[in-house]
Amino acid sequence: MKALTVLWRRELALAWAGGGGPLLACGFFLCLSVLVPLASGSDPAALRPIAGGISWVALAVSSILSLERLFERDFEDGTLDLLTLGPAPLELVVVAKAKAQWLAVGWPLAVTAPVAAITLGLPVALAPLAALAALIGGLGFALTGALGAALALGSKRGGLLIAVIVLPLFIPPVVFGAGALERAANGQSPGPALAFLCAYVLFAAVITPLAGAAAIRNAQG
Amino acid sequence: MIAVDGLTLSRGERVLFRGLSFSAASGEALALTGANGAGKTSLLRALAGFLRPDAGTIAFADVPADEVRTQHLHWLGHQDGLKGARRAREELTFQTQWLGADADGIAAAVDVLALEPLLDLQVRKLSAGQRRRLAFARLIAVQRPIWLLDEPLSPLDARWRAAMGVLMQAHLDRGGAILAAVHDPLPIPARTLDIGDAR
Repeated sequence: MKALTVLWRRELALAWAGGGGPLLACGFFLCLSVLVPLASGSDPAALRPIAGGISWVALAVSSILSLERLFERDFEDGTLDLLTLGPAPLELVVVAKAKAQWLAVGWPLAVTAPVAAITLGLPVALAPLAALAALIGGLGFALTGALGAALALGSKRGGLLIAVIVLPLFIPPVVFGAGALERAANGQSPGPALAFLCAYVLFAAVITPLAGAAAIRNAQG
Repeated sequence: MIAVDGLTLSRGERVLFRGLSFSAASGEALALTGANGAGKTSLLRALAGFLRPDAGTIAFADVPADEVRTQHLHWLGHQDGLKGARRAREELTFQTQWLGADADGIAAAVDVLALEPLLDLQVRKLSAGQRRRLAFARLIAVQRPIWLLDEPLSPLDARWRAAMGVLMQAHLDRGGAILAAVHDPLPIPARTLDIGDAR
């Protein structure tokens, strides 16, 4: 457990080293959220019915930006070999790195999510829900994204391949997250949508360590 | 300590070697030689468990298979796992603690490898030789009996090659084994295994 804590702290430090990658993801998220209203015309009311969906698509795309960093650099510089020789199983290494990704990128994006939602025309009262849903969904994005990053290891166009692998897997949380905002905007309880979002996270938490570790072992060979 | 029997290894369509058999005993150094592309690195990676051989067996005496990699092997390849943006102290601490080193082990490695003046520098500002010494520190800080080294001394100057020879000999004297892919002779008595002969 101590070794995993050491790894986890290093991952957080690396995420913020060399230019603050999480802030770039937040900036990209906000840029997308501002561009859509500007491109969609002068009537804010027309955007409101799809504001939740747009904010979640922007969140999903922003979550992909730093995924290439997650395993590819460690693969290229030999860190993954070293991690394989440590006391923790590779499955837990994958979890530790996904958790660090969530804390380093998912949390800042969750803090940014209310701003993006309001920019897109959602009521200010939904800001806490937007942050909560983005926080839960961000964990799902980090876990599924880690799986995509592991599967893309060693490919020449890793970043693009990660996006192609991961975006289809991001469809459920985007649907559930946007659904939570839409239900709340219509005066309904967001509970069922959030429950589905949590179920997705649990599913990803089971699949990602096993499949991600297998993909890394395959890439090392 | 290590017994390899009938090992066949290929990369893609190309067979690197067939039916390679050898052993390395406790206290013995084995220098793996051969031309570029002969399969020295691939052999070491197979021994470390990173590559699955096409045929043959790799056995480690008296060690359960699931404990070999996590408790008995040190691997030092071309890529050292050091991050250029981090300080040498941070990377040294991570690499050694990840493998289970305590404070005394880390201090001993810093002392033996004369790393103290380098610890507050960014890794990217180290020379290739300094960087190799920093990567070597994990082998000193954490005692593991089998060292798998891929051209371990190539970036080092004559003084540090000799110093590494002393450290390697001390490891062998403690009952360890060293298997090293090399182009130049190791600075310790070593048996030579030419991988090219196994094609």
